Amino acid sequence: MSLETFIQQLTNGVSLGSLYALIAIGYTMVYGILRLINFAHSDIFMVGAYFAFYLIAVFRLPWLLSAILAVALTACVGMTIDRVAYRPVRNAPRISALITAVGVSFFLENLGLVTVGARPKPFQRPELMAKVVRIGPAAISGVSIWVPILSIGLVIILLYVIYRTKLGMAMRSVATDIDTTRLMGVNVDTVISYTFAIGSALAAAGGIMWACKYPQINPLMGIYPGWKAFTAAVVGGIGNITGAMIGGFLIGLIEIMAVAMFPSLSGYRDGIIFGLLLVFLLVRPTGILGETLKEKV
Amino acid sequence: MDTGKNIVLKLEHLTIKFGGLIAVNDFCLEIEKGELVGLIGPNGAGKTTVFNIVTGQYEPTSGTVLLEGRDITGWRPHLIAASGIARTFQNVRLFTGMSVLDNVLVSQHLRLRSPFLSAALHLPDYAREERHVRAKAMDLLERLELTPFAKELAGNLPYGQQRRLEIARALSTNPKLLLLDEPAAGMNPEETTRLMRFICRIRDEFSLTIFLIEHDMRLVMGICERIRVIDYGISIAEGVPDEIRRDSRVIAAYLGEGGE
Repeated sequence: MSLETFIQQLTNGVSLGSLYALIAIGYTMVYGILRLINFAHSDIFMVGAYFAFYLIAVFRLPWLLSAILAVALTACVGMTIDRVAYRPVRNAPRISALITAVGVSFFLENLGLVTVGARPKPFQRPELMAKVVRIGPAAISGVSIWVPILSIGLVIILLYVIYRTKLGMAMRSVATDIDTTRLMGVNVDTVISYTFAIGSALAAAGGIMWACKYPQINPLMGIYPGWKAFTAAVVGGIGNITGAMIGGFLIGLIEIMAVAMFPSLSGYRDGIIFGLLLVFLLVRPTGILGETLKEKV
Repeated sequence: MDTGKNIVLKLEHLTIKFGGLIAVNDFCLEIEKGELVGLIGPNGAGKTTVFNIVTGQYEPTSGTVLLEGRDITGWRPHLIAASGIARTFQNVRLFTGMSVLDNVLVSQHLRLRSPFLSAALHLPDYAREERHVRAKAMDLLERLELTPFAKELAGNLPYGQQRRLEIARALSTNPKLLLLDEPAAGMNPEETTRLMRFICRIRDEFSLTIFLIEHDMRLVMGICERIRVIDYGISIAEGVPDEIRRDSRVIAAYLGEGGE
């Protein structure tokens, strides 16, 4: 492989990985607090992209404003899903919540198919993302530069919220012991609601950036990125935010690099990642950062 | 309200059933302000269940819980905590991954109006409130002699200090009534003696009413003004320590368990 293609593939892998990381954080935050795999997370990702699409294409709002509004709207959708679907089964056995999550996922996918239709829609990306940048010998698309920068920026904001604000403190204490947090007078339902809002906002940001990277959106677009981000969360150690980030970048790089180095394997692109998920579940179900699982959010 | 008496906690005919099991049966109790009341009984008698009902973790099948005359039965735990009841656990349950200071700061959510927006924007009144809350938390740690550990992770404290921190964390909610579930569990006689002095001290300093569960008879007999005994969810005796010591039903209940 020439240096040029290597740099191209590397940035490609990093930008894909940063998107997986963003989505994986949403899975891991909800898991850390509720011990629930929120299968609907991948569809919330899709909802975010559609909100942005309609705000840009139909309401003709400026791109950046549309993106911000879409993120906010998706956060509300996440809170609503928690309120309507998950809160009623919060004290039920954990498997009930899991099945509910699968149900919500199917519901969102099919709602999308019915309302916006199955036909893919072209997503308009801003100038900045479409422009090609030259780094040394390599020509890199703007998306590959901006996506990781924006993702890392969002993660830094998230870490600030978790470790430096009251809400973050409440989230950390709920993750350690939900009952005792209640006894401290904290309204745990509100904390969980905000957790869903934050997770969904990150998913929406991920969805919008994904649509910039692969500018065709459809109601089932969340499924594969969702599964891979879930893999990233497991590989990193589910419940652990740093783990989710490491897992995300790792999965993104492996996916791109495996195909770049062994082009004959390109048909197995998804298989490689899911194989990795199986291996981790069998060999090291606690993930890379398994030992430090104690502090979860 | 009764004449002249200042009842902090009043439990009326509390009953709770789990399937066919009646864990607590027709439990009645009044605790006056400033009192230190003990609840004893063999293992599995339903003592912790009574606590769980009072703090709202369980909803009783029937009966009422009154805090200063107000019916709080079936309230959600965080609202009961906000109205002035705090507790500790049999097995210490700290936020182990957080610092000692953070452990006593969690409850300050009660007093922070907007936890999210103003914090994110760092509005000036937020900063002032934040300073005030921190000062109060540090003061609490100081009074409970935990200041040297403020930055330490709660999980890394020695056992005795963890127990003390759990009490500090309960006090951080500004309770009127403090429930202690086996505070002396796992302590040696010397530590227990210190704990007895400590409990009496915080009762006076924080003007608390204390209701405690304990198996260590020296502690119960030593500091409780009044003791209630339950067995199989039913109250079998109540009185001052000397009466309880001589009560034949109490002796039978304990000997029947082969303990103490």
